[in-house]
Amino acid sequence: MAEHHNSPTVGIYLSVFATLMVLTALTVWVAFVDMGAYNDLIAMVIACTKATVVIVFFMHVKYSSRLLWLFVAAGFLFLLIMFAFIMADYASRGWMEAPGSYFLSIQ
Amino acid sequence: MADHAHDHEHHPYGLAHQFEDTAQQKESVLLGMWSFLITEVLFFGGYFATYLVYRTQYPIAFTEGSYQLDVKLGAFNTVVLILSSLTMAMAVHESHKGNKNGILRYLIATFILGGVFLCVKYVEYSAKFEHGLVPGLAWHPHGEHSPQLALFFSLYFGMTGMHALHMIIGAGLLIWLMVKTARGTYTAEYNAPVEVFGLYWHFVDIVWIFLFPLLYLLGKTHG
Repeated sequence: MAEHHNSPTVGIYLSVFATLMVLTALTVWVAFVDMGAYNDLIAMVIACTKATVVIVFFMHVKYSSRLLWLFVAAGFLFLLIMFAFIMADYASRGWMEAPGSYFLSIQ
Repeated sequence: MADHAHDHEHHPYGLAHQFEDTAQQKESVLLGMWSFLITEVLFFGGYFATYLVYRTQYPIAFTEGSYQLDVKLGAFNTVVLILSSLTMAMAVHESHKGNKNGILRYLIATFILGGVFLCVKYVEYSAKFEHGLVPGLAWHPHGEHSPQLALFFSLYFGMTGMHALHMIIGAGLLIWLMVKTARGTYTAEYNAPVEVFGLYWHFVDIVWIFLFPLLYLLGKTHG
């Protein structure tokens, strides 16, 4: 189990902090540059990158067992499943008339 | 159990009797904390899904609402919270060495930075009350606005309020950790509470990493 005990050095923590600061500055700067619909996409890509860096280094997932790694990944997979099903529902609501409303509309 | 005294000869400090060794105990503790954090991820996920649904339905109202938020204060708080994550990571780092003064120093730094974050949040909330942008309590927005503007502010207060509640609970837990650290409870062998609280604090940081762009940075190019 000794291999699980190597935790990051202070240098790694400081580099992670510097990376997070640069990404914060980048997301604020890029919000004021007009890129249409891509503004939202870029903001979310930067936020996901920051979150991943925090999880991997500050939360030690990189230095933990494979079981923990799988556990964390499965948790976020279920978050994505939740988003996908909710958005699939809302996005497709206008596609088909419900049977009841169809018969009402031809009367 | 005095009659099992021989069992205790090689019994490491802080090891509960149901575990084989400290490594197994640590693995179980971390897995348990992550189980809780994943329920928290899905709990906040409900807020984010609600945001996503209404944002796609009423993009104009959300952009209008975002104009009313102060990007400078939001960015300042992002920096403060990430800095507090760094000090918390350092506290965990010191706890692995069993350095009591080191842990205490970084826990105090984390507590102060958390306090700064909450003070800025208080200033922001007060401004919203003054400007009549609090749905249900003080709702009288000036000028032309979308009828769905209240939806944005309901989500703003719901999401940042729940985040702030997590920070307040975190600050309370930090006080408890500081007392225990000062008493010398945590050593190089037994420091799980510091490490587990670190995970919680970083999780709260991650929530804010998403809240900041989603609430503060919408449609800045059209202003």
